[in-house]
Amino acid sequence: MRRMKKINKTTKSNLITYAIVIALFAAVQILTSAGAISSLLQGLLVPLCAYIILAVSLNLTVGILGELSLGHAGFMCVGAFTSAFFSKCTAELIPVAGVRYLFALLIGAAAAGLCGILVGIPALRLKGDYLAIVTLAFGEIIKNVVNILFIGRDSEGFHFSTKDSLSLGLLPDGEVIVNGPQGITGTPKDSTFTVGVILILVTLFIVLNLIHSRSGRAIMAIRDNRIAAESIGINVTKYKLMAFSISAALAGVGGVIYAHNLATLTAQPKNFGYNMSIMILVFVVLGGIGNIRGSILAAIVLTLLPELLRGLSDYRMLIYAVVLIAMMLFNWSPKAIEWRERHSAKFKRKKQKEV
Amino acid sequence: MKLKKVISAALVAAMAMTFMAGCGDSDNAGNGNASGSDTQAASGNENASGSGDTFRIGGIGPITGGAAVYGIAVKNGAELAVKEINEAGGINGAQIDFNFQDDEHDAEKAVNAYNTLKDWDVQAILGAVTSAPCVAVGEVSKDDNIFMLTPSGTAVECVKYENAFRVCFSDPMQGLESAKYIGEHNLATKVAAIYDSSDVYSSGIYEAFVKEAANQNFEVVAAEAFTAESKTDFSVQLQKAKDAGAELVFLPFYYSEASLVLKQAAGMNYSPIFFGCDGMDGILAVKGFDAALADNLIFLSPFTPTSDDEMIQKFVTDYEAAYGETPNQFAADAYDGIYAIKAAIEAGNVTPDLSASDVCDALKTAMTQITIDGVTAKGLTWEASGEPSKEPMVVKIANGNYAVVEDDAAAESVEDNAATENGEDAE
Repeated sequence: MRRMKKINKTTKSNLITYAIVIALFAAVQILTSAGAISSLLQGLLVPLCAYIILAVSLNLTVGILGELSLGHAGFMCVGAFTSAFFSKCTAELIPVAGVRYLFALLIGAAAAGLCGILVGIPALRLKGDYLAIVTLAFGEIIKNVVNILFIGRDSEGFHFSTKDSLSLGLLPDGEVIVNGPQGITGTPKDSTFTVGVILILVTLFIVLNLIHSRSGRAIMAIRDNRIAAESIGINVTKYKLMAFSISAALAGVGGVIYAHNLATLTAQPKNFGYNMSIMILVFVVLGGIGNIRGSILAAIVLTLLPELLRGLSDYRMLIYAVVLIAMMLFNWSPKAIEWRERHSAKFKRKKQKEV
Repeated sequence: MKLKKVISAALVAAMAMTFMAGCGDSDNAGNGNASGSDTQAASGNENASGSGDTFRIGGIGPITGGAAVYGIAVKNGAELAVKEINEAGGINGAQIDFNFQDDEHDAEKAVNAYNTLKDWDVQAILGAVTSAPCVAVGEVSKDDNIFMLTPSGTAVECVKYENAFRVCFSDPMQGLESAKYIGEHNLATKVAAIYDSSDVYSSGIYEAFVKEAANQNFEVVAAEAFTAESKTDFSVQLQKAKDAGAELVFLPFYYSEASLVLKQAAGMNYSPIFFGCDGMDGILAVKGFDAALADNLIFLSPFTPTSDDEMIQKFVTDYEAAYGETPNQFAADAYDGIYAIKAAIEAGNVTPDLSASDVCDALKTAMTQITIDGVTAKGLTWEASGEPSKEPMVVKIANGNYAVVEDDAAAESVEDNAATENGEDAE
């Protein structure tokens, strides 16, 4: 009996998380059909899905595995470029957007996951903050590799170069697909809000089930005490690698959504560099390390905030920074937590009395 | 735990709203824009009847971040033109509302900026300023059928769709013209090119230059790249150009890096002819740069602030009075862009109460019929493809001043100057 209750508790908590996402989706759909949502918000819906997936997936590394990753944008970049390359090449071959997008998702996730394994094998064997250093380097390397990569296609097949698009030696019928720093232009716009929400639910399903599985408990045991975990026979590297590569693959999915929402994909420091990795880390830290629902909420609030502040024009970024600091203090300073607990306790007591 | 999040979210939302309501009016009152709260109120509405007597023109560009200098110049140039038009009675009697949105030189943010303008019921867009955001905005504006005229988006794809036009030259066009000019005027037989491979503008020009060079009577003996992360030391690239015996070095990038190239070339006693593109404009204003080093530097430019032309003089004086700095080509492109939109609106008999899509249909045809005399060119016309047709001006620096090289005869004297280093007026 007691055991039943316990299982129900986690399932209930998971169901609440899914319900929040579905409720938000329904609310947005109703508002859209009523015409009450501005174009600005409508344009933000798909990027929001990408950022939520990125935040949730990074939370798996930072919160559940307990390792710091500073190169999450690098995995996103891998997913974005491999899938955009695929979609651009097969735009005529597979005219059905849904099928093409499904393949693009699988390819993006697989490529990013593979990179995660490659980065993880050496780095996760070590004790200490080496993963942070290695992922930081990985993110920058990927960005620079993409920026020197030129790939073209003509009737003879694919041509590669790391110099410039002229040295591809394309025939007149050829087209340049990846054009170095100019990236990929003309990716089909396949990402939609509905698909994005389905992918969020899939991500949540994977992450939440992993956390509450036998493997998940092993991963958290490693986080809490590596020596104790090792002593009871847990294969530390295997479980670390499992969590990290899943996190990387999901970041790749985020990248696929991002890439198929914009007509141009370039690897700038702004969207796939260090700044973006830190931005995703901010979502996770602000939402609460290990708190999946918190990550979702933080990703939504922090993506919407700079756009809603547009009315301030020149002071926008200044206010954004101030709000960020204020939120951080309000959420995590001991005094603020104490104050909040006192007030919420009062609130609860009142409620109980009424009942 | 959940309560905490709800409270914090609510507080932030409340904070954001107060700021918006508080600052919206005072912030925009100066330049006659719709206030921030109006932007919110207009969302989802069809053409608000109250705003039916003004044209709503939007702008998109970076006014924060690394590329802010271009966006701010465009914003200033456009606002100056809007102010002049409004003071002169507007377009067919209707005033212009101008609303400039920040895109941080990021494709995703540019689409957000575009959607913000759409909520504001924008009728025509001047932007986006930089290439990659411009391509992204072009893709969505095509679906909504909203007219866009980019002042400075040089990438080929910027004007891919028929609702998009540009004021500046495209990248390939500049590379082509540069190569032609060097070839036709026999400036050199061995040419080296240094370019920024991480920059769309620079590599776009470079590629077209090399392509055209094959048809000309000179040879590209060295092509050296640098990236945004390594743009302070050019000694390796210059040494390679020197070893290859290049008589002319082609520098298709912006003046800030070019000033370093010139300084370092002088340091290693290498003095070929330096040839640049429109990004070179402004080099004499670089702080701590010895203007003598730039003597005999030749570049293609659509705009020179020191020109004797009356219109340019007026623009430069007004701009300096308003913003305290000399306008660059971005400001000039934006200034012309606003006047081009005005001319197209007049030619297409567009009235302020039309929907954005109708405005776009009318402007699309009108753009190909108008001819404007602007500060970047005289007799500027557009083709249906969106490209402007104008002749690039060739500018040569002599005695610390920009001088326009007008025609072939003058160009000949440039060569003489280059040879004798006499640096007198090309006229």
